[in-house]
Amino acid sequence: MATIYDIDAGGRAPALEARDVSVFYGAKEAVRRVSLVVPANKVVALIGPSGCGKSTLLRCFNRMNDLVVGARVEGEVAFRGKNLYDPDVDPVEVRRRIGMVFQKPNPFPKSIYENTAFGPRINGFEGDLDSLVEESLRRAALWEEVEDRLNESAYSLSGGQQQRLCIARTLAVKPEIVLMDEPASALDPIATQRIEELIYELKKDYTIIIVTHNMQQAARISDFTAFLYMGDLIEYGPTESIFTNPREDRTEAYVTGRFG
Amino acid sequence: MSDHLSPLGGTHSARDRRRRTLGAVFALLCGAATLVGVAALAVLLWDLAADGLPSLDGRFLTSFASRVPERAGVKAALVGSVWLLGLTALIAFPVSVAAAIYLEEYARRSWATRLIQLNIANLAGVPSIVYGILGLAVFVRTFGLGRSVISGALTLALLILPVIIMASQEAIRAVPPSIREAAYGLGATRWQVVSMQVLPMAMPGILTGTILALSRAIGETAPLIMVGAVGFIAFTPKGLGDPFTVLPLQIYNWISRPQTEFHALAAAGILVLLVLLLTMNAAAIILRNRYQSYR
Repeated sequence: MATIYDIDAGGRAPALEARDVSVFYGAKEAVRRVSLVVPANKVVALIGPSGCGKSTLLRCFNRMNDLVVGARVEGEVAFRGKNLYDPDVDPVEVRRRIGMVFQKPNPFPKSIYENTAFGPRINGFEGDLDSLVEESLRRAALWEEVEDRLNESAYSLSGGQQQRLCIARTLAVKPEIVLMDEPASALDPIATQRIEELIYELKKDYTIIIVTHNMQQAARISDFTAFLYMGDLIEYGPTESIFTNPREDRTEAYVTGRFG
Repeated sequence: MSDHLSPLGGTHSARDRRRRTLGAVFALLCGAATLVGVAALAVLLWDLAADGLPSLDGRFLTSFASRVPERAGVKAALVGSVWLLGLTALIAFPVSVAAAIYLEEYARRSWATRLIQLNIANLAGVPSIVYGILGLAVFVRTFGLGRSVISGALTLALLILPVIIMASQEAIRAVPPSIREAAYGLGATRWQVVSMQVLPMAMPGILTGTILALSRAIGETAPLIMVGAVGFIAFTPKGLGDPFTVLPLQIYNWISRPQTEFHALAAAGILVLLVLLLTMNAAAIILRNRYQSYR
């Protein structure tokens, strides 16, 4: 099993820590006893071939698996000194503090403004909503493109713009961690590049965990990389060493493109 | 066939021509099938207009039923139909939508929900006269509501409940899961996801289903005879407990009379019924477009 405690968190408390996390869909074990530490203000990439459990693991970190009928999570996910799966933890609050961006852009069928304002509204935001919307859109590098058309439908935006709107929408509820599930896989190379630049910017204020099947992307944007294979965490470490000097044969085979 | 690309155009093989002909014939047949419905409606309207239009005037709309054809009008039936449909919609819509939301968003998939589902589907196929008997036994007798407009509305609401529930479920199911995920991912509660995202997106489909169901209700006669709608009435309902009549009953009443003057009145009554139906459908389309404004 991969060692997990050799991650240098820079002396700071980790943003998130998974301990022996397993996920079952019915009788099928999709993720098997995974432990890893996510340092604060870093980008952690989860890579691996299709069906290796990387998206499933990501969805454990904000209790999205609760919504899947027949899914069961074992183990602990520590966040701010608390296990996310403790009975007194409200999954609704977890999802507010640990935001998520999905594979396909999924804006609501509402205006650009209303999309961004939805999260703050439902969470009882009291204050200047207009400036929060502007701030969120600026952080998602979308403001200049939409400032004079905030009341137009979100569906009038291009795919890449829609995904940045989804990121803005997530940022508007001021999460501490942002989970991204292959956020650029449905986008063209230019839009992908913009998202990658954005992730690099966001690292200053957020901890980001990103699932990607694109190894170049993982190498470009992440500080740490976890390689999963068939539900097991094979290796986890600084991205550079995973890609240039992996300890496990399977990791090397995958990152050099011999399978997957 | 040779290796190089053959030029476009030129001669076609016999097989090629045959499949083209087949395609053209199929398109023609489908077009003809479409025309059957349109033609039937056109003939019906033509026939009705020829018989009914002369009798259809302001006096006809504002007079009560009478033994004298020249004085007979549709007022009681028209007002009764509007009352009945309004009440039916008020009762059936919230109950059906709530049931659909429960079944789609809250209920766990178990044998119990499957049984409920099966029952709803079966109820949609029960003949309307059976609902009439139920209405008579439960609303008129047991609840003591009497032969009143509220008894009729409750009976019709039961009749269209399964149809609206199933249409609403269909509409709710058609809301992409990604929208629910997006809302949950922002820290929305189930109630917020349902009320702020799922329902608004499903509303066009729900409204369409409701209007279709109400269009069925507007033409119902049998269950209303059971709960005691009267064929001859000289006043409009003032409250929920008042007796009433409806357009189809009035039309039936006129048609079954021997005098031909009453048959013309029946045709005029049918025209009024069709206009009412058309107005409802138009209202549904306007409502639907309003909800779809951001797509």
